[in-house]
Amino acid sequence: MNIFRTLALSAGMIALGCSTALAANLTIGFSQIGSESGWRAAETSVTKAEAEKRGITLKFADAQQKQENQIKAIRGFIAQGVDAILVAPVVATGWENVLTEAKEAKIPVILLDRGIDAPKDLYLTSVASDQVKEGRVAGDWLAKTVGSKPCKVVELQGTVGSTPAINRKKGFEEAIAGQKNISIVRSQTGDFTRAKGKEVMEGFLKAENGGKDICAMYAHNDDMAVGGIQAIKDAGLKPGKDILVVSIDAVPDIFKAMAAGEANATVELTPNMAGPALDALAAFLKDKKQPEKFIITESKLYTPADDPKGEHERRKGLGY
Amino acid sequence: MPTDFRPADPGSVGNRQPETSGADANVVLVAKGIVKTFGNHTALDNVELALHAGEVHALLGENGAGKSTLIKIITGAYTPDHGEISVDGVQVHFTTPQQAQSAGIGTVYQEVNLLPNMTVIDNLFIGRQPRRYGLVDRRKMAREAHRILSQYGLDIDVHAELSTFSVAVQQIIAIARAVELSGKVLILDEPTASLDRTEVEKLFEIVRRLKARGLAIVFITHFLDQVFELSDRVTVLRNGRLVGSETIGDLDRTSLVRMMLGKDLAFVHAELAADDTEPSSPLMHFRDFGRSGSVNPFDLTVHRGEVIGVAGLLGSGRTEMARLMFGIDTADQGALNIDGEKISLRAPQDAVSQGFGFCPEDRKVDGIFGDLSVRENIIIAMQAKLGWLQALNRDEQMEIAEHFIEALDIRTASADLPVKLLSGGNQQKVILARWLATDPRFLILDEPTRGIDVGAHAEIVRMISRLREDGLALIVISSELDEIVSYSSRVVVMRDRSLVAELRGAEINPSSIVRAIAAQDAEAAE
Amino acid sequence: MRIPSVKRLLSPQLIALLGVLLFNWIVFPGFFDVAWRDGRFFGSLIDVINRGAPVAILSIGMTAIIATRGVDLSVGAVMAVAGAVAATCAVTGQPVIIMLLAPLAVGMLCGLWNGFLVSILGIQPFVATLVLMVAGRGVAQLITEGSIVTFNDPVLIFIGTGSFLGLPMPAVIAIALMVGAHLLVRRTAIGLFIEAIGINRSAANYTALRSRSLVLAIYAFGGVCAAIAGTIAAGDIRGADANNTGLWLELDAILAVVIGGTSLMGGRFSIPLSVVGALIIQAMNTGILVSGFPPEFNLIVKAGLIIIILVLQSAKLAPTLDRIIKQRPVQPSIQTSEKTG
Repeated sequence: MNIFRTLALSAGMIALGCSTALAANLTIGFSQIGSESGWRAAETSVTKAEAEKRGITLKFADAQQKQENQIKAIRGFIAQGVDAILVAPVVATGWENVLTEAKEAKIPVILLDRGIDAPKDLYLTSVASDQVKEGRVAGDWLAKTVGSKPCKVVELQGTVGSTPAINRKKGFEEAIAGQKNISIVRSQTGDFTRAKGKEVMEGFLKAENGGKDICAMYAHNDDMAVGGIQAIKDAGLKPGKDILVVSIDAVPDIFKAMAAGEANATVELTPNMAGPALDALAAFLKDKKQPEKFIITESKLYTPADDPKGEHERRKGLGY
Repeated sequence: MPTDFRPADPGSVGNRQPETSGADANVVLVAKGIVKTFGNHTALDNVELALHAGEVHALLGENGAGKSTLIKIITGAYTPDHGEISVDGVQVHFTTPQQAQSAGIGTVYQEVNLLPNMTVIDNLFIGRQPRRYGLVDRRKMAREAHRILSQYGLDIDVHAELSTFSVAVQQIIAIARAVELSGKVLILDEPTASLDRTEVEKLFEIVRRLKARGLAIVFITHFLDQVFELSDRVTVLRNGRLVGSETIGDLDRTSLVRMMLGKDLAFVHAELAADDTEPSSPLMHFRDFGRSGSVNPFDLTVHRGEVIGVAGLLGSGRTEMARLMFGIDTADQGALNIDGEKISLRAPQDAVSQGFGFCPEDRKVDGIFGDLSVRENIIIAMQAKLGWLQALNRDEQMEIAEHFIEALDIRTASADLPVKLLSGGNQQKVILARWLATDPRFLILDEPTRGIDVGAHAEIVRMISRLREDGLALIVISSELDEIVSYSSRVVVMRDRSLVAELRGAEINPSSIVRAIAAQDAEAAE
Repeated sequence: MRIPSVKRLLSPQLIALLGVLLFNWIVFPGFFDVAWRDGRFFGSLIDVINRGAPVAILSIGMTAIIATRGVDLSVGAVMAVAGAVAATCAVTGQPVIIMLLAPLAVGMLCGLWNGFLVSILGIQPFVATLVLMVAGRGVAQLITEGSIVTFNDPVLIFIGTGSFLGLPMPAVIAIALMVGAHLLVRRTAIGLFIEAIGINRSAANYTALRSRSLVLAIYAFGGVCAAIAGTIAAGDIRGADANNTGLWLELDAILAVVIGGTSLMGGRFSIPLSVVGALIIQAMNTGILVSGFPPEFNLIVKAGLIIIILVLQSAKLAPTLDRIIKQRPVQPSIQTSEKTG
């Protein structure tokens, strides 16, 4: 059972017990970036489900990757007099004006999934994952799994210069820093895509003695890992056994691979940013309790011991 | 659309006493001994032009006569190799159009060179906006614009974008800007080309008023009747040389056409037309063939083994007629019968499948494929006729190409040389070879000798006669009357988009052709 | 006289390819090692032709389009659409023949649309194909509903990852398509017509070439090539990734054509040399992967090599190089200046 669900359930019960009228009549606006990835689609559907569960009316606006659309949507929400606004900001800058308008209208704003460069009093809280921690969890798992055996790791990076790529690399390196037996021997960008992940891994396999020298593959996201797994199979090796596979995101397809014994671990980037956000909001509206400024979602590790088949089934319907 | 052309100054309308060049004080601009060469081509050779205040001066000549080069020199776009220009008696050396403009010389080109998506005000004042406290004074500009345009009888919304007005109005705005900027000499380069008759009359009224204000106006046109209607004096150029400057009253239409085409009327008609070319059997018949707005309906029967020469001034509809006959433009009236069968020409493919060929006037733009080899340029029409599946292999192509290279004496180092490296005359022969390779029965040649050297010129003329002897039917369009006379078995004359005359036998001589070209102007004079 | 085969072997493109491969060998000594494993060749060299296949296939269609003085910016998006169609057919259990033909048909439709805008409506190719470049990816996302549609269809997977005579299927398909397209344009008159249209559209019209229908057909062919590449890309990752399949590959394809010596101004073209251009690009990519350079250098290294290659075959330098190679003087030109105003 997902911890957020437990949290949400308890929050819901609190709301039910204390101020039913307040929660039931809430109308919240949600300005989503777009639907550029499966994870984003899952976040949208989870947010809708979380609102419905709490009896909240959710007004949804898809910005199609444009900040101007998000600002328009937020202004629209302010004009409609919503009770709160959720924003997954597409970029970090340029939010002062519209958030000040929201503040003047006394509408709390919660940031989902990404931070912004703006005074902190302009938003109630920000719910996001800790990307460095995601990398660290992956690295810790690898360190624990290989023990004291020597291990050469190849790394499939995300898009060069992107924040998740930088942070997930940093976290992983921190985790293995103390382990002299583990070293990253190859690191290249796979642009977060399956096709590039496969191509890069093919190159690594050739470069490292047909893959015999590689002990583990660390991918910054599951999609690249899925591509890499295919490359390992094409090279005549067994992913998950000959080469350990650890990645981040916990999308349905990695659980499929895990169920087949081809992936060893993934760190969840939960699409449920809305659950903690709505809980914090309920607490704030009820008794003006200021939530933490940065709510960090859990970076849960999944291994074949965590019922990968079941996880796959559970996630399939979320729009990944 | 507010196109009010009422004359604001009725006193000056119709004021067209011919200016006599008596008073030298009256001379505004003199260009003397102007020479301009491009590479080894002499565009202008010792040309003179004198413009007087208060005259409309027509500048005439066929394509390539040097009109536009002369205008570009006067307006500072080109600098002459030799010669001098003086304005109001002071020698000037323009190196940019801006210098000419500030010396008082304004130009309005056929394609109005204003900014279509800016307002009338902007177009009138751009680059010289009145300023107040360092800022553009828009209210003053609007007032000024109204004042200026009212002189031209134009009462329009000066805040509207230029493109919302008709070409005629845009042209008047362009004239207004040029006069405001310059004010001594106004050059109008084919101003009437895209105007209808009433618009032309309004334009002429304006020109006459400007003339009355003392401007010297240079008027370039291809319409002879307009020359006689508007101008006081005429300067004619031919092949980069000055033919003469005359007061309009001293000229009749025939002598003007003669000046332009440069025909020595003592020329005796060539031997062939009268005797040995009684055409054999009729091949095809164009009946009431025409296209509205392009060529008025004409009747023409073409026989096997004859050359029909087409004469007429530029813009008379000669090229348009050729395009129509080849299906590049489609006829919207009339019919074509070949051997009694009705044929419709919807595209060049239809014409080619009937055995037509067409060497267009502009070799570079419409004729050669510069980067393709001589061989490919020669076989391509034949290949197009065969279709893409029946490809000629390399050896077959080579055989055809080499045959024609020899037969037409095409000077090229190799059949695989890109055709763009050949001289103009040889390129022309390549295009001719291209059509001969399709084994045609009817060839249309539009200005086949233009811009090629003397030797090649003579060869092509001989070739035309040889093809006729071989039984081909040819239509040859040319501005060179000697040439037309020498090979034509019949000459048709185009004027104002109509086929106006057909000359045969002894009638085929330069003077009667010139008379036929000029005839309508003569009628209109009465 | 026939172009001597020695000169053909010494084309700047092949020299460049050899240069890049040698460079790869220097940074990774095992680059030329090819092993036989599980009934197929295995090695970096094989990766180059396998991974280069999609761009090579795109460049085959792109060559013909650019030769008509056009361009097709939509091929990357059409790849995504075709991949999405193939994957959807696979997961809905369509018969194999439909699963293979539907993407090609969709690709051809996309190409016909581009051709219609360019040839019939006369819209500039850059603008006309930009429409589908943007809209096509949206269509692909609609088909896949924004997620990666994965499948297990053995035929599609074989197209993307299988092998034939020990060579990867994508490479086999690319080679077959290259040979077929080359023969089609050179054994018929199509190649000549394409070049004529690209060099001088107006003269082509006066010469009674059917320019419109030919241009239309060429864009349709470009669409089919993109669809083949898209099907391969989907089969390769066993899924249709509408967001990323073919992303920016139109630029690689255009670059391959340019490296192959076809001018963006249209005219003379060579399909095999464009394919060599695609291999040069892929050899650089693979080289960077096996070299161990940090990924931050990828684009700089690529750009630097491309500049070197393009400069070497530039119009000004080419005759000089040609002369050095052939050791004989350049043909004197006998151009004479035409009349002026």
